[in-house]
Amino acid sequence: MEWLTKFPEMDRNGLREFKKTVDNTFTSFSRNYGEGIENFFDPLLSFLVAFEKLFLNTPWPITIFAILFICWLASRSIIIIAGTFLSFLLIGYFGMWEDTMSTLAIILVSTLLCIFIGIPIGIAMARSNKVQTLILPILDVMQTIPSFVYLIPVVMLLGIGKVPGLIAVCIYAIPPIVRLTNLGIRLVDKDVLEAAESFGANYWQKLFGIQIPLALPTIFAGVNQTIMMALAMVVIASMIGVQGLGLPVLRAISNQYLALGLMNGLAIVVLAIIFDRVTQRIGKRMQRYKSD
Amino acid sequence: MNNFIKIKNLYKIFGNNTTEALNLVKTGISKEELLDKTNCVLGLNNINLNIPKGKIHVIMGLSGSGKSTLIRHLNRLIEPSFGEITIDGVNVLELNNKELLEYRQKNMSMVFQKFALFPHKTILENISYGLMVQNISEEIYQEKSQFWLKRVGLEGYDNYYPNQLSGGMQQRVGLARALATDAEILLMDEAFSALDPLIRAEMQDVLIDLQLELKKTIVFITHDLDEALKIGERISILRDGFVVQDDNPQKIILNPSDDYVSDFIKDINRSRVIKAKSIMNKSVSITKDNVPIIDSEMVLEEVLQEITKTKNYFVLVKDKKDKIIGKITLNELLTGIQRPRKEIKKYA
Repeated sequence: MEWLTKFPEMDRNGLREFKKTVDNTFTSFSRNYGEGIENFFDPLLSFLVAFEKLFLNTPWPITIFAILFICWLASRSIIIIAGTFLSFLLIGYFGMWEDTMSTLAIILVSTLLCIFIGIPIGIAMARSNKVQTLILPILDVMQTIPSFVYLIPVVMLLGIGKVPGLIAVCIYAIPPIVRLTNLGIRLVDKDVLEAAESFGANYWQKLFGIQIPLALPTIFAGVNQTIMMALAMVVIASMIGVQGLGLPVLRAISNQYLALGLMNGLAIVVLAIIFDRVTQRIGKRMQRYKSD
Repeated sequence: MNNFIKIKNLYKIFGNNTTEALNLVKTGISKEELLDKTNCVLGLNNINLNIPKGKIHVIMGLSGSGKSTLIRHLNRLIEPSFGEITIDGVNVLELNNKELLEYRQKNMSMVFQKFALFPHKTILENISYGLMVQNISEEIYQEKSQFWLKRVGLEGYDNYYPNQLSGGMQQRVGLARALATDAEILLMDEAFSALDPLIRAEMQDVLIDLQLELKKTIVFITHDLDEALKIGERISILRDGFVVQDDNPQKIILNPSDDYVSDFIKDINRSRVIKAKSIMNKSVSITKDNVPIIDSEMVLEEVLQEITKTKNYFVLVKDKKDKIIGKITLNELLTGIQRPRKEIKKYA
C-alpha cells in the first residue's frame, strides 16, 4: 500500500536525465543561435542606448521643460504639471536624476515596443475567435509565471545587459495592452458596425474609421496598465543588468540600506503616478464625445 | 407595375448543417419541428416578393417574423441559404466582394431602429460617412452633407455629437446620412419604432414629404399597423418567415387572407383608414341632382359627415379627373365601417 502514502513519482535517475536533456538542448541551442539572436536585437539595443543618451546628455532644465510640455499636451491639467515639476526637482535634488533618466528611457522604449507588438496582436484576436483561443493561454502564462523563471532562458540566450532586461520587461508588461485592445474592439456596438457595413465600408475603413477610434479609450487603459507593469518590473530587470532606479533598490536590499531603498522606491512610485495620471487624462479626453 | 426588386424562393436558415435543414423545410416542415430535428432556426421560408420602383413598400410582422432578416438580405448583411434576389436586373447574390461594397455604396442605404450613428463623429461627419467611404473629395461631400443637414431641419448642428441630440433629431441624422449618398433604394429597419408617438408621427410626415419629391424605392419595416397604413403604398405581412399576404393597404383591411392578418387589423379604426373608392358601388347609373359628390380618396369618417347632410342618404364618388365613378349609400358605408365577423378561412 505504499503507493497510497507516497506519490508514485519518476525515479531519480530518470528525472535527472530529463532535466539534463532539457538543459543541454537549450544550452546547445543558445550556443548555436545565441549570437544570431543577439544580432537580431541589435537595432533595439542601439535604439534604447540612443534614448538613454538623449535623456542623460540633455541639460536637466531642458529635459524637465520637455517633460512638462508633453504632460501639458496630454493632460491639460495645471495640478498634474505642478506635481510633475515638484517631483522631478525633488528627484534631482536627492541625487537620483541619472537613474531616473535611465528608467524613463527603458520604460518608454518597452512601452513603445509593447504598443507596436501588442495592438496588432489584439486586433488579430478581436478579428478571429481561433486566434483568441490560441493567444489567451499564452497571455495567462506570461502574466502568472514568476518573472525569475523566464529570466533564466533569456539570460542564457542573450547574457546580461540591456536587451535581455528590455525583453523581460516586455514579456511582463505586454499582456494588458493585448487583452484590452481585443476587448475594446469586441465591445464596439454591433449596430454601429453594421451601419458602416451597410454604407459599403471595407475592412480597413471599418477598422481605422470605426473600431479603433471607438476602442481607443479601452486601448488606452491597456497602455496605462502596460506602463504600470513595466515600472513594476524595473527592479527585477536590474538584476540582469538594466540601469536605473532598480539597481540602487537591489543594492539597498542586499545591504539593508533603508534610506537608499526608500528614496529610489519612492522615485519609482512618483514616476508611476505621473504616468498614470497623464495617460488616464488622455483616455478621458478621447471620450469627450460621450459628455453632453 | 414594374418589378424593381425581385425576390424569388428565398430561404434563410440559421445554424449548422443548413443543407439538410433546407431540404426538410422544402418538404413543408414547421419552424418548431425543424428546431427539434436539426437544431436550426428557420429565418425566412420561401419568400417571393416583387417590389416596385419609386414606392414605399412596407414589410410588417411581429418580432421574430423575419422582417429584419429579410431586409438585410437586400444588401447582403445576411447571406441567404437559398434563393434569388435581383435588383434592377442585377443578381445581387452573384456580386463578388468588391462589387458588393460598391453596390452598397451607390445603390442602397439603410436607416436603423437604434439609429446606429457613429458616436465619435460629429453630425456632419455622420451624414458624410456614406460619401466618405467612396473616397469622394471633401469639398463635394461637405456641400452635400450640409444640404441634407438643412433638408432634415437640423441646420446649425454640424459640430454636435450624436448623444447631444434627442432621439427624434438623431433619427433625422440617420435619415440624412442615408439620403446623402443619393442611393436609389432606401432600407428602413423599424426606423421610427424607438421614437415616442408624437415624434414618430412627425418623422412619418417628414418621410412622406421627402418621398413626394425624391420618389425613392423605400422598403420600410415596421410592426406598427397604423404606421404601415399611413406610409405604405403596398404592405407585405410576414409570419414565421413566410409572406401571408402581399397587397395594397385597402385590400388588406377589407380582405384579410387569414386569421393571422385579421387578428392584426382588428384594432384599427376602420372609418379613418378605409377610403371611399374601396367600398363604393361601381355599377350604378346616376342622376346628379342635388347629390353631394365626394373625392374617391376620402376616408369613411368624412364620408359619413357628408352623407348625414343629405336627404336620401347617399353620395356620389368622383375620381381625380372629376369623373363620377360610383356611389355609396348609408348601408354600404356602415357595412364598410363594421368589423367583419369571424368567418375567414383558418390559417393552416
